[in-house]
Parts: sequence; structure tokens; C-alpha cells
Amino acid sequence: MGSEQSIWRSTVETNAGTELTIIEGGSGEPLLILHEELGHPGWLKWHTEMAKSRRLIIPLHPGFGVSPRLDWLQSIGDLAGFYGQVLKEKGLGPVDVTGFSLGGWIAAEMAARNETQFKKMVLVAPAGLRPPEGEILDMYAGPTDAYHKASVKDPERSPEFATLYGGEVTAEQFEAWADAHTETGRLAWKPYLHNPALPHLLGAVRGLPTLLLWGADDGVVPPSAGGAYQQAIIGAEFSIIDDCGHRPEVEKTAEFLDHLQRFFG
Amino acid sequence: MHISTFTERPYTDLSEEKIIENAGFFGVSNSNFDPEKGAQLYNQYIDNAIYCEELGFDGIMLNEHHANPFCMGSVMNVEAAILARVTKKVRIALMGNPLPVSDPLRLAEELAMIDMISGGRLITGWVRGAGPEQIANNINPSYNRERFEEAHDFIMDAWTKKGPWRYEGKHYHYRHVNPWALPYQKPHPETWIPGLVSPESVIWAAKQRYTYFALATFVPPTMEMWELYNRAAAEEGYQAGPECFGYMQKVVCADTDEEAMELAKNYVFGGGQPAFSRFEWMFPPGYNSKAATQRLAKAFTEPGTGEPIIAAPDLSGNVANMNEAKRRIYEDSFNMQVRNKIIIAGTPDTVLPQLRELVETLRPGVFSIWQIEGGDTTHAQWKRSMDLIAENVLPALREWSTELGLTGPSEVKPGSRPLPADGKPEPVTGRPADAAAE
Repeated sequence: MGSEQSIWRSTVETNAGTELTIIEGGSGEPLLILHEELGHPGWLKWHTEMAKSRRLIIPLHPGFGVSPRLDWLQSIGDLAGFYGQVLKEKGLGPVDVTGFSLGGWIAAEMAARNETQFKKMVLVAPAGLRPPEGEILDMYAGPTDAYHKASVKDPERSPEFATLYGGEVTAEQFEAWADAHTETGRLAWKPYLHNPALPHLLGAVRGLPTLLLWGADDGVVPPSAGGAYQQAIIGAEFSIIDDCGHRPEVEKTAEFLDHLQRFFG
Repeated sequence: MHISTFTERPYTDLSEEKIIENAGFFGVSNSNFDPEKGAQLYNQYIDNAIYCEELGFDGIMLNEHHANPFCMGSVMNVEAAILARVTKKVRIALMGNPLPVSDPLRLAEELAMIDMISGGRLITGWVRGAGPEQIANNINPSYNRERFEEAHDFIMDAWTKKGPWRYEGKHYHYRHVNPWALPYQKPHPETWIPGLVSPESVIWAAKQRYTYFALATFVPPTMEMWELYNRAAAEEGYQAGPECFGYMQKVVCADTDEEAMELAKNYVFGGGQPAFSRFEWMFPPGYNSKAATQRLAKAFTEPGTGEPIIAAPDLSGNVANMNEAKRRIYEDSFNMQVRNKIIIAGTPDTVLPQLRELVETLRPGVFSIWQIEGGDTTHAQWKRSMDLIAENVLPALREWSTELGLTGPSEVKPGSRPLPADGKPEPVTGRPADAAAE
């Protein structure tokens, strides 16, 4: 990522009573990005593209290895409350948001608490709801690399997959994934990666333009959960990307960007 | 010295291939379990414990694992309750109750009942529980140590503070704490802390003035941890002694060395203890401290650089090649355990000098013999081994104990020895760690 260094920078700010590390890059209208359960994957191609027209703001969730763990945070709902406070302190609301997997769940919990903190919301294969069909893949039931592989439909055809997870695992990667696993487990062990109250709480969202984006062959969060989200959020749009797994931003970058740019306008 | 004996109580009607295909014991399907066989085994293990009392052992040790053919003691307190009634004088040592996955108030009541029924013969042991216990009971491993410490403190209060009282903790909440069953021993049963030499647990045990009991770990890291205990004890203001340390050792005897060595291979059936569980279940997220994760990261990315704690055979990637997997178990792993004296096998004449060296090195106040078990061990082989041990090893251990001053925790209370006048603790092991490593 050395050549991308000029595009993004990392800053540490005191927010909501803690030292929060935020990755920022690009210019234009701000776009809040909430990362997934494996931590911020690093600056990817889609970030570079999006940063041409938007200021990307990527906070590193507390306890995921960089921003310190907050002992009082004990659920994703708590984390949603935390980020609500961060947005107020930064004077960011209302803001566009994109959340991936666990990050999508955080965004949904934030919207359920106060939809006016967002302008538009994109949830990419979000966790958070119990899928009516199938189950959310248990990341703790197998080795880490099995979860990585399950997150795309075809690792061979996803060039960025090799950048992220190819080669020998370094001690730093091992530790970073262990940190992410740990904090995800701390916040979402049981019920696993969902909140049974969330479909009901989302009834409070009445006017927030929402795009649900899913890979048709998602092996982590079954697309049936997308249907459940669509039922819960009035007016939500539900788009499926064919021949694609849990991480369309990595596996089908161009299509993913088309959806994002069309929706945010 | 307190001399005890232990078995995992394995389920023995299981093909080794099933375990190897699963790359460990935890996770093998219970479709392979037959209650008829289970009924026979549970009763056999109870009868064996009674026989060990007759042979003259001071204690019977039990342990608890869940959803695992490696150890059938998933509700160990049930076995302990039976032994409390059917034995007469042995101590019943629980190594240990996995606090984070248990209801501590219920546990306080169960253990108090066992202590009363046995007339004060219970020895409690507190453990965090192996990784798979967190998985099998679905208890968030990120809070493992917090739950361990909170549950421990709560149980101590439940046993000693006059009720009723209310408890609002972080992980446990009780409206009405007033257990009618209270321990026979005052203020609480004798306590040992079993473990695989995790530094955090060793220091915690020293602070609590509990005996630390190492579960068949390699000698050099065990010695390091005992000196760590010693330093923590000195900070607490006391001199650690043999009563602060226990050690478990696999010992099998037969009439010839060849027979004993062949029999000893049953210890590594299916990979044995090191194949207890696959990595991802052994170390679920948050189960380890940050420091332990960093040690693991190093061991994982630079294999062979760290000191092994237990000898794990690498079964990964060899499911398709059963012969290679078995070679790794019965040659690599077994030979390594014999070489490192994790397994001591032979006639009494062969095992005694090895045990003497071990006892001189570690100077434990509690010593436990891990019985031959598993695989195709027959009852007759088990009995012959235990008879030979009782006849030859037990009296030798007692003699050495007197000669070397190896006081057990019921003779000298852990934490009761004063520090030398200069405040510097005396070493607790019998020789430098680097000498033992050679």
C-alpha cells in the first residue's frame, strides 16, 4: 500500500472520551465507512476510486487492535451509541454511510436509534438480522483462512484477495486478526452476529434512503437476511450482484462502485 | 508429600481414524457414543478409583471436559459425589471446576455437599477451562479470565459471608445469596490450581496462596513458572515451599521394559493429550491475554523457535494419509514425550531413577501418577501397572519425600513460610533450569 500512502492518512483524535484512530482520504462530501468483523482491510482499489469524489472517513472500531478497547462497550448497540456521539463531536451529521458486514450492522443500529444522523445508507451484506433461511457463518468454527476464503465466491479470480490474504501469514497479521476476532466475539458472541430486537427497532426508520447490496452467492451472511432488512426498513432498495460472494467490493469492484455511485449520486 | 492418581476416563470404544480425521478429539460426533459402553466405563472408573484407595494412594483426581471422548467427566461433580460416599480416606481432588462456564452459586452448593458427604476430604481446583469448554458451553471466551476471577471471589464470599445478601457483579447477579449447604472444611476446602503453566495463572495462584499444579508439562518451562511463582510469593511476603507445587506425571509399569513401552503407546492414542482439540477451538477469540497471543503469533509464524509446553503431533493436512498421521503420533510425538520424560515407562527398576531425578528437580509437595489409559489398554494391564507402582513407586516416593523435605499442602499451609531475613526468596527448584533442559 506504499504507493497509496499519499491518498490516505491516519490520525488519532479524542472522540467520545477515547483515542480513536481514523483513516481519511480523498476530498468532497464526507462518506463514513464502517469496517467489517476482520478489521479495516487496508486501502483498496474501491477506496481509491471513491476518494476521487468523496472524503472517506474510516474510523477503526475500538478494540480492533488500533483504537483502544472500551470496557464499557458490550454490544453492537453500545458501539452504535458510541458512533452517534463521535458524529456529533465531529459535527458530521447528517452524513452518508457505508457499512460492511459487522459494520453494516453498526450502521443499521445507528439508524434505528436516530435516522437523522445519516443522509443515505448503504449496507453491504450486513450482519445484524437472523437470516430467515440459512445461518450466518460462524467465524469461530474453523481456522481464520477458511473464513477468509468463504468471504468471496472465487478467491482465484479476485486479484485483491491475494493482496489481502495471500502468502505466508506474518506475526502482525496473526495478531491483527486475533484482535478483530476477539473484539467481534466480545461484542457479538451470543446471539451470534445478530440482534433479535433489531427488526423491530428498524421500524423507527421512516425516511432514510437505504441500499442493501448483496452478493448472490454470499457464504457468510445469507442473502435471505437482505429480504428481512428490506421488510424492516421502509422503502429500502435491495440489489443483488450475481456470481459474487460476501465482499463485492473485493470480488466485483466495478459493479460495486457503479451501485455506490449511482445511489449516492 | 501428597501422592495422588489420575485418569482422564477416556471413552475407549472409538476408532482412532475418527479422531485423526477430525484432527483432534473435540468435535468427534457423538453418533460414535454407545451408552451401553458408557455405562460400563463410568462404573469401571469408579471401581478403579476405589481400588487406588486400597492400594494406598492419598488422593483421587478428577477433571472435567465437555463434548469430548478424551475425557468422559463432563459433570465431574457427579463422580466426585459418588466417590465422596464410596471411598473412606482418600482426598478427592477436582482439577478442576471450569469457573467461567459454570453457575458459581450452584457450584458453591454442589462442592459444599461433596465436602460434607466426604467428611472434609474435598480439594477444590479452579480452572479457566480449556478453549473447547467455552465453545461447548457457549460462554464468551473474551470474558474468560474476568469470569474466572469474579466467580472465584463470589464462591469464596458465598462460603464465608453470612447470608442472605445480594450480589450485583459484572458477569454474575444474584438476588438472594444464602446457600444452606456450606463446606465442611473452614474457611473453605483446600485448594490447588491446575494448569499448563500460563504465567498469569501462576502469579494469580501465588497471590492467593494456592498450590499450583502443573499438568504433565515439560520440565524446563515448569521450573521457570515455579520460580515465577516464587518471585510473586516473595512480593506477597512469603517463601514458597514444596507445598506450593504439584506435578502430574504419566507413569506406566509392566514386568519388562519392552512391555511397558508398548503399553505406554496407549497414552498417545489418537494423538493423546496434545490432540485434545484443533487450534481454533483450543484458543477461541479473547481466551488468551494479549501477551499470550503475541507468543502464539511468534510460535505460529516461526515454528520451532519457542519452547514447547506440550508435544503436539501435527495432524493437519494428513487426513488423506492415515499412515503418515499415525507415524507422527506413534513415532514423532511418542518418542518426543519419552525423550522429554513426559511419559516414564518400564519396570519399577527402570522408572525409579527417572522419577527420583524428576522429584529432586521439581521438589513438588503434591505428586500425581497419570494412570495408563485409552487405546486398547486392558483392565489386567492397568491393574498390573498400578500394582507395581503401588508396591515399588509409592514407598520410594514417600522415602524421598522425607529425605528431601517435600512437604505437602496439608502438612505446611501454602503461604505460611516466612521469607529469609534478607527478603530474598530461596530457590524452589532443585537445580538450574538450563541443567534440566539438557
